[in-house]
Amino acid sequence: MLQTPHRPAVHEEPGQTPFHIAGRTLNSRLFVGTGKYKTYDLMRESLNASGCNVVTVAVRRERLLNEQGRSLLDFIDLSKFTILPNTAGCFSVEDAVRVAKLGRDILEQLGHEGSDWVKLEVLGDKKTLLPDPAGTIEATRQLAKDGFKVLAYTSDDPIAALRIKEAGAACVMPAGSPIGSGQGVLNRSNIVLCLELLKQSDPNYPVIVDAGVGSASDVSVAMELGADGVLLNTAIAHATSAVMMAHAMRHACIAGRQSYLAGRIPRKLYATASSPWEGTISYIPGE
Amino acid sequence: MTITINGEERKVDNAITVRALIEMLDLGKAACAAEVNKTLVPRREHDSRRLNEGDVIELVSLVGGG
Repeated sequence: MLQTPHRPAVHEEPGQTPFHIAGRTLNSRLFVGTGKYKTYDLMRESLNASGCNVVTVAVRRERLLNEQGRSLLDFIDLSKFTILPNTAGCFSVEDAVRVAKLGRDILEQLGHEGSDWVKLEVLGDKKTLLPDPAGTIEATRQLAKDGFKVLAYTSDDPIAALRIKEAGAACVMPAGSPIGSGQGVLNRSNIVLCLELLKQSDPNYPVIVDAGVGSASDVSVAMELGADGVLLNTAIAHATSAVMMAHAMRHACIAGRQSYLAGRIPRKLYATASSPWEGTISYIPGE
Repeated sequence: MTITINGEERKVDNAITVRALIEMLDLGKAACAAEVNKTLVPRREHDSRRLNEGDVIELVSLVGGG
């Protein structure tokens, strides 16, 4: 009988070093959102399949109707996953700061390890969900001053990214493309420039590509460029098979990181044969 | 007195505490954060903070999001 070869666990995979970010140490470099799933059960299965350690959540009004509903947290094992609240839906500095503080209070109530981090979004436009650069910088400044570890969602503009880091962000998260658009990394050059500028003074400064991921290969692309991690939601939640896509994302993140660490070959215009010319029995045209 | 809770006007007992309001709305089981007039009321103050006529309250919890 064929023996199944031993498949290494994530932390046993070559090159998979722990990810240090905002005072935490993570094994997985995938951050996965909890939104848009058809059911909470599907969400739970997908999060497990993804192997992620961190899940993002939103902060919203309680429904005042006395509904017999199960809540999100009933489906997230807090001993396995760390929650990262976001400020999604905020279009002003004031609103983002309010939501961040509310999220922190909830995490404190849950006794959740490390309640002080937040995924900051200060949006500029509802249709594109592009970030407001000035608002993001100012909100980062205010929240960092209040003790938050800010993981700031931004565009792939390298200077905006740098200003956000200078404002005190613990991590900058440039978008590959608009949230939920599935276009992947649209401007690889800009992501490389973001990485260069952000890591110039500190090679370990965390940079996560967040937004726009559409498929597993998009995750690999981001990791191959040198990103420390990738954050995604829609690509899993709205895939035809969310659980299958979560598995794919898990592999893609590992593969992309290994590819980056391995050091790729350069791109060339002309071919270089992989088999030797010497000793061929064939007729080679032109010789 | 009349206050606004999550965008809706409601009549509640005078000087009701944040905690009592949360219980009254049956929101006490899960973790719920409160804001009064755009300022966070931390959990440790829910039992002592009393509300006034016209206060605008937000009661929030965690939901799915990206």
